[in-house]
Amino acid sequence: MLEIKCPYCGKRSQNEFAYGGDATVKRPNLGDEVSTKEWDNFVYFRDNPRGKHTEYWHHVAGCRQWFKASRDTATHEIFNTASLEEEL
Amino acid sequence: MQNYSIFSLVKNAFSNHQDWEVAWKDPEPKKEYDVIIIGGGGHGLATAYYLAKEHGITNVAILEKGWIGGGNVGRNTTILRSNYMFDANAHFYELGMKMWEDLSQELNYNVMYSSRGIINLAHTDGQLNAYARRGNSMRLNGIDAILLNREEVKKMIPFADFSDTCRFPIVGALMQPRGGTARHDAVAWGYARQADSMGVDIIQNCEVTGFDVENGKISGVRTSRGEIKTKKVGLCVAGSTTLLADKLNMRLPIEAHVLQACVSEPVKPLLHNVVTFGAGHFYCSQSDKGEMVMGGDLDGYNSYAQRGNLPMIQHVLSGGLAVFPNFSRLKMLRSWGGIMDMSMDGTPIIDKTHIDGVYLNCGWCYGGFKATPSSGFVFAHTIAKDEPHELNQPFNLDRFHTGNIIDEKGVGPKPWIG
Repeated sequence: MLEIKCPYCGKRSQNEFAYGGDATVKRPNLGDEVSTKEWDNFVYFRDNPRGKHTEYWHHVAGCRQWFKASRDTATHEIFNTASLEEEL
Repeated sequence: MQNYSIFSLVKNAFSNHQDWEVAWKDPEPKKEYDVIIIGGGGHGLATAYYLAKEHGITNVAILEKGWIGGGNVGRNTTILRSNYMFDANAHFYELGMKMWEDLSQELNYNVMYSSRGIINLAHTDGQLNAYARRGNSMRLNGIDAILLNREEVKKMIPFADFSDTCRFPIVGALMQPRGGTARHDAVAWGYARQADSMGVDIIQNCEVTGFDVENGKISGVRTSRGEIKTKKVGLCVAGSTTLLADKLNMRLPIEAHVLQACVSEPVKPLLHNVVTFGAGHFYCSQSDKGEMVMGGDLDGYNSYAQRGNLPMIQHVLSGGLAVFPNFSRLKMLRSWGGIMDMSMDGTPIIDKTHIDGVYLNCGWCYGGFKATPSSGFVFAHTIAKDEPHELNQPFNLDRFHTGNIIDEKGVGPKPWIG
């Protein structure tokens, strides 16, 4: 069982959370000249690291806030969590 | 190579089974090979076998970091099927189904293929309509499919919850009668033994640490057991694909996720088919030993850990109990996890790459086992001829740029949701 520290509610069990994927993926800015290749890379291509992974989680069965977490994909250790505005 | 038969069994009984030939050797890596396959799982072993058998390329090495068959080919739930709607998938997986039918004879190794039928339960009229559509697509592609009504399903699995009060009433099912199971370890061992007998070197405990690429062309691989020269390299490393692709400066449309499975204690024969629960993500078959082999959803977060967490086991089994209430007192024997190479459209990638002589076989999501023979067959063709077989042409890497993605499930590029 993962224990995830919601930045708003504190430590809760994994059951209360939903995963939101890689948080380093950046949508190209509105109005920018974007090549189709850049769009494809944004939509489909991922770094998929073994080790430290920055990702979104949603406290869906709690305060319903989205936040970021830094977690190890090899050990499942969660290093820290932060609200979307904060630096991890 | 020693042939396995009733006669060799009797003959070896006289020497207390002490004199059997080893099934495959344990060679030292040579300085150079024509082809190196990275990954001694089902797909890697099958690829080496078909390279030798179909294309006469026998100067081949399989480099395996651990031991052969220790990854996903030994961790799956052994289900075989070709019940796909899209043409590209249907044709490819149907080749696999045809190959399973005589694989035991082909390999002279009993892979225990059992065409017990796979039943996808439907719980609403809409779902049954969708299954009818899929079944019709399958039949148009020459694949067997039967639409079952509630009474017909009840005859096959009378112990499922057919009460009037249950949350997800069973209204019917789609069945592929030729679908079934096979013994996964035997598949790996059978391919290994035959590949070895044709001259393929199976090199275990040999981790690939880097690649030598000169002018856009592969010239060798660096391993924990020294450098090995080669002109062609095939990657069959499933969940570890990104780790090797990183060393080749390739960024792929793949995420690694952990999928768990579990088995119960063995019980007497009860469940004679493979059954999938259409209202949640739960599927089950009974092994020849009597264990209920069960699986379901991904744990739902990126992972390379080969182990998951209990909440997902609980979630999957609660879905299982909704359809099979009589499983509630089964004791669980063990659970385990494997790393899935989840592609962003749910379909595998079997293709050449931007580096001359490097070939990619990945993105199997949670469906790689059933494709073992067909994947090995078309990947061997792709490597030997330096061009894709017509069946894996749609599974190209470029589809993520051309827009020709094959999204059978239609979940979008969020593999943890599917």
